[in-house]
Amino acid sequence: MSRSTVTNVLLAVAVLALFAIPVLFVPGEYAGSDGQAGEAIEATGYQPWFTPVWEPPSGEIESGIFAMQAAAGAGVLGYCIGVARTRRRAQLAREADAPRT
Amino acid sequence: MHIAEGYLPPLHAAAWTVVAAPFVVHGARAVVRRVREDPDTTLLLAAAGAFTFVLSALKIPSVTGSSSHPTGTGLGAVLFRPPVMALLGTVVLFFQAVLLAHGGLTTLGANAFSMAIAGPWIAYGAYVLVRRLGGSLGPAVFAAAFLGDLTTYTITSAQLALAFPDPTSGVGGAFVTFASIFSITQIPLAVAEGLLTVLVVRLLVRITPDELRRLGVLRPGRGATPAAQDPQKEAST
Repeated sequence: MSRSTVTNVLLAVAVLALFAIPVLFVPGEYAGSDGQAGEAIEATGYQPWFTPVWEPPSGEIESGIFAMQAAAGAGVLGYCIGVARTRRRAQLAREADAPRT
Repeated sequence: MHIAEGYLPPLHAAAWTVVAAPFVVHGARAVVRRVREDPDTTLLLAAAGAFTFVLSALKIPSVTGSSSHPTGTGLGAVLFRPPVMALLGTVVLFFQAVLLAHGGLTTLGANAFSMAIAGPWIAYGAYVLVRRLGGSLGPAVFAAAFLGDLTTYTITSAQLALAFPDPTSGVGGAFVTFASIFSITQIPLAVAEGLLTVLVVRLLVRITPDELRRLGVLRPGRGATPAAQDPQKEAST
C-alpha cells in the first residue's frame, strides 16, 4: 500500500472510532441535541406557535426518510466520484499515448 | 442545530428570515453563474451538495451520551466559496423541514443562517487563514470543516439565547445552557467531520486535479498534471 493509501485508511478508521467509542463505552440515552434544546425551551413555559405542515406518522417512517436522504446523497456523491475517476483515467491514458503518436 | 417548527417567537423567526434571504438569493445566483461559466466543475458542485445531504441526515453519537449530526458544509465552502453553500445548505434544510418535520419553515431563516451561511463563511475564513499562514491543504481543510461545523451549533445556541434569555442570568446565561447542550456534543462530531472532509478532498485531489486548480484549491504548477511529466508514475499510484 502506498503511503497515501495508508493515510486515507487511517483517516477512515479515526472517523469510525469517533462514532463507535461513545456508543461502546459511554452510557447514555443518546437523545438528539435538537430535541434536548426543544425541551429546554419548553421548560421556560414557551408554547410553539406553529406546527409542522406534515410529520412522518411514525419513527420508522421518519428514519426511513432519513435513510433515503442519506442514500440519495451517497448515490450522487459516488456517481460524481466514479465519473471523475473514469474521466481522469481516460485523460491520463490519452496523455500517455500522445508522445508515441 | 435544527430549531424546531414554531420554536422561535414570530418576531425572531421573521428577523432571521429577513437576514438569511439575501444570502440565499445571492447564493442561488452564484450557483447559476458557476454552472454557466465553468460547466466542468458542475460535477464537483453536485458532489459538494451531496456531501451535505448525506452528513446532515446522519445522527451520530457523541461522548456526551447524546447524539447530533454534522453539517457537511465545509467541503463546498472550501471548493466553491460560501455563497454557493448558502443555497445548497438551505435546500437541505427545506427538504428536512417539509418531509421530516425536522427544523421548520418558520425557523428556516434562522437554521439557514447558522448552517448555510455562518458555518460556511467561518469555514472559508479558517481555510484561507491556514493557507495564508503557510499550512498545507490537509490542515486547512480540517480547520475549515471543524470550525464550520462547530460555528453552526454555536450560532444556534446564540439564536436560542436571544429568543429565550434566562430570567436571572439573561442572554449570557441562556447561551451557556444551550451551548452546553449543542456545542459540547458537537466537538467530537466536528473532529470526525474534519477528518472525513480531509479524506474526501484527498480523493478529489487525485481524481480531479485540473478542476481543483481552476477553483484555486490547488495552486497552479504545484502537482500540475504530473501525468504530463511522468505518466507511468501517476498511473501506478
